Amino acid sequence: MAKKITLPLTDTDIEQLKAGDSVLISGSMLTGRDAAHKRLFELIEKGQPLPVDITGELIYYVGPAPAKPGHAVGPAGPTSSYRMDKYAPALLDRGLRGMIGKGARNQDVIDSMIKNGCVYFAAIGGAAALISHSIKKIEVLAYEDLGTEAIYRFYVEDFPAIVAIDSKGNSVLAKGNKNQ
Amino acid sequence: MEIRIISASDITAAVKKLYMDMNYYIGDDIMHALEKAKDCESSPIGKNVLSQLIENNHIAAKEEVPICQDTGMSVLFIEYGERVAIDGGSFEQAVQDGVRQAYIDGYLRKSIVDDPVFERINTKDNTPAIIYTTIVPGDKIKILAGCKGFGSENMSAIKMLTPSAGLEGVKKFILDTVNYAGPNPCPPIVVGVGIGGTFEKAAMLAKKATLRPINTSNPDERYAALEKELLDEINKTGYGPAGLGGDNTALGVNIEYFPTHIAGMPVAVNICCHAARHKETEI
Repeated sequence: MAKKITLPLTDTDIEQLKAGDSVLISGSMLTGRDAAHKRLFELIEKGQPLPVDITGELIYYVGPAPAKPGHAVGPAGPTSSYRMDKYAPALLDRGLRGMIGKGARNQDVIDSMIKNGCVYFAAIGGAAALISHSIKKIEVLAYEDLGTEAIYRFYVEDFPAIVAIDSKGNSVLAKGNKNQ
Repeated sequence: MEIRIISASDITAAVKKLYMDMNYYIGDDIMHALEKAKDCESSPIGKNVLSQLIENNHIAAKEEVPICQDTGMSVLFIEYGERVAIDGGSFEQAVQDGVRQAYIDGYLRKSIVDDPVFERINTKDNTPAIIYTTIVPGDKIKILAGCKGFGSENMSAIKMLTPSAGLEGVKKFILDTVNYAGPNPCPPIVVGVGIGGTFEKAAMLAKKATLRPINTSNPDERYAALEKELLDEINKTGYGPAGLGGDNTALGVNIEYFPTHIAGMPVAVNICCHAARHKETEI
């Protein structure tokens, strides 16, 4: 059975989420992918304020397709998370509490998650039309010039995901059989 | 010699339809493979992922929305009959216009940036498409079109193996590439392999292999057997659906080959996600 969780995540929520848990997420989350992460990271490096307060937020790595008339959003599945690995620890240090994406993370990100008490969820890559049904409303928060890569706020109900790496660093991502 | 006139607008309309259709309606080959994978998957989480992918593909078709938000970079292999003349525009422009119209009118995501290194400004219409044209006898234009998301494209690799590497070297490189990709390219994947030719020929063959339906085999029985053996080996890696563990890491392995140099044995592996989108038409 999937566990229902509501955003923003509390310390207790994060502690109780274990790798492998199926969850249905409700509330509001940020979005951002490659280009937005690069800009946020550069601002942090320069010690400048961010255009969006990320404290306590969950960020979804996504670049949605355009919405058809009558739809809140177009298909919006996760993008590969490893491309954000270079930037993620700086954002977690700034108060971000979690990430949603797909695929593996590097050790720097996992170490930063443990240090900061954060969680990484996997959404199902390629289930974009299905996932879009759980996204009820979206608004642009920053970097509108980036189009699909802008930072949006997504208002979601029962957004399906799996705890891929929990705040203790336990992972449910398959390691494969690399010795063959 | 008789020349056949084809209007540029007919080519544009055909390309537009191919791109809208392939993004909304997954091929029967993939749908059957997903159903079969779901039935034989021993991991409960993997089974659940496969059910959601099947449901997703039904929703996309019903609502006529893209299967995946990454509607990819457009790649077309075109066989252009040498007795065809184009009226009302140029061939290249007609194809690019078809892609542009599909991505704008079809609510497909525009994912192309104009320069890879510096400003990376989005072209806002998903052009340019990549077009490979060969001139063939006849008076038809045959278009094989695909769109490739970059989650899986980024996991692809090429290696200039040399003859002493042999069959074992070929297998090892393909399996190493799949293992390196791991959970990232949206498994269960389709693996396109190009062997032989030159550096770029192997890569093009690998791309073309991803566009072949996965319920077909290489006509050469040795390569067909290799496709089957590699599929079994890849499914033993255990990455499983969405990389969350399971028996189904790949839905299919397609190999294409070409004669090569006495000193070489290039191998290219183009990994494609489960949303292996391709369509073809003839004008």
